[in-house]
Amino acid sequence: MKVLQVIESAYRATIEEQDDTVVWITHAMKGAGGDFTVLLRGNATNYAVLGQDASGIVFGDWKQSEPPRIDKDISALIGKGVDVYLVEEDAVERGLGNTQLVDGVKRVRRAGLPKLVAQHDQVWHW
Amino acid sequence: MAEQKTLTFALMDAPFEQSRTTTAFRLMHIAAKRGYKINVFAYEGAVGLPFNLQKPHANAVHGRSLEQENHPLPKDWVAALMRETERNGGKLDWVNCGLCVEERGAADAIAGVRRGSPGDFLKFAQESTNTLVIATK
Repeated sequence: MKVLQVIESAYRATIEEQDDTVVWITHAMKGAGGDFTVLLRGNATNYAVLGQDASGIVFGDWKQSEPPRIDKDISALIGKGVDVYLVEEDAVERGLGNTQLVDGVKRVRRAGLPKLVAQHDQVWHW
Repeated sequence: MAEQKTLTFALMDAPFEQSRTTTAFRLMHIAAKRGYKINVFAYEGAVGLPFNLQKPHANAVHGRSLEQENHPLPKDWVAALMRETERNGGKLDWVNCGLCVEERGAADAIAGVRRGSPGDFLKFAQESTNTLVIATK
């Protein structure tokens, strides 16, 4: 069973979780033997931007020592053999058209989505 | 006899926050009536749905006592769906994401809920007729 993980909700509780929860669960299920592709769309296209820095959160004497490193988590997914796509038009609409992306992220135009979907047994939209 | 269908749901929202969870329960209710086997993987805030310490309350604004108000509790919905599935020859297997439970101190769940991992969700999906993800937006 090949699953297309469509990630659209972005930066939801990423400080508290120290990651994106859907990227995380994809890592976990890949480790459990699953076969996944990730499609970043909408605001989640920003997950593919290289060099994100969410460090520096301080509340009183509490400091976050391990901030989320979502670009690295995306890179690690690719390293595990997960294809990661980004919807080109969504990225361009957010000013990310010429931004340097995580190495290995593939761009797909909206017109190409039906073909991508058809390559999977199930589509899980998060 | 038709083959028994199995549906898997991944829920993610915490209780009392939005209407997606109610919609999910409506869908599960129909599946339960049809005798389907239902799997639920409760991820993140959804582990609070079967939390055993939920309590109903009276509502002075509504002008109703505790009994009159009959305040809905998601843990009761989960229990009711478990009973409904069993009445119709199905089964509701509810797995709470263990790490999510620990983050929230929500280990005290109603009977029939078990602790698991994303691996359980993957297994559910692989063994199901179909899977529906109802994520937090």
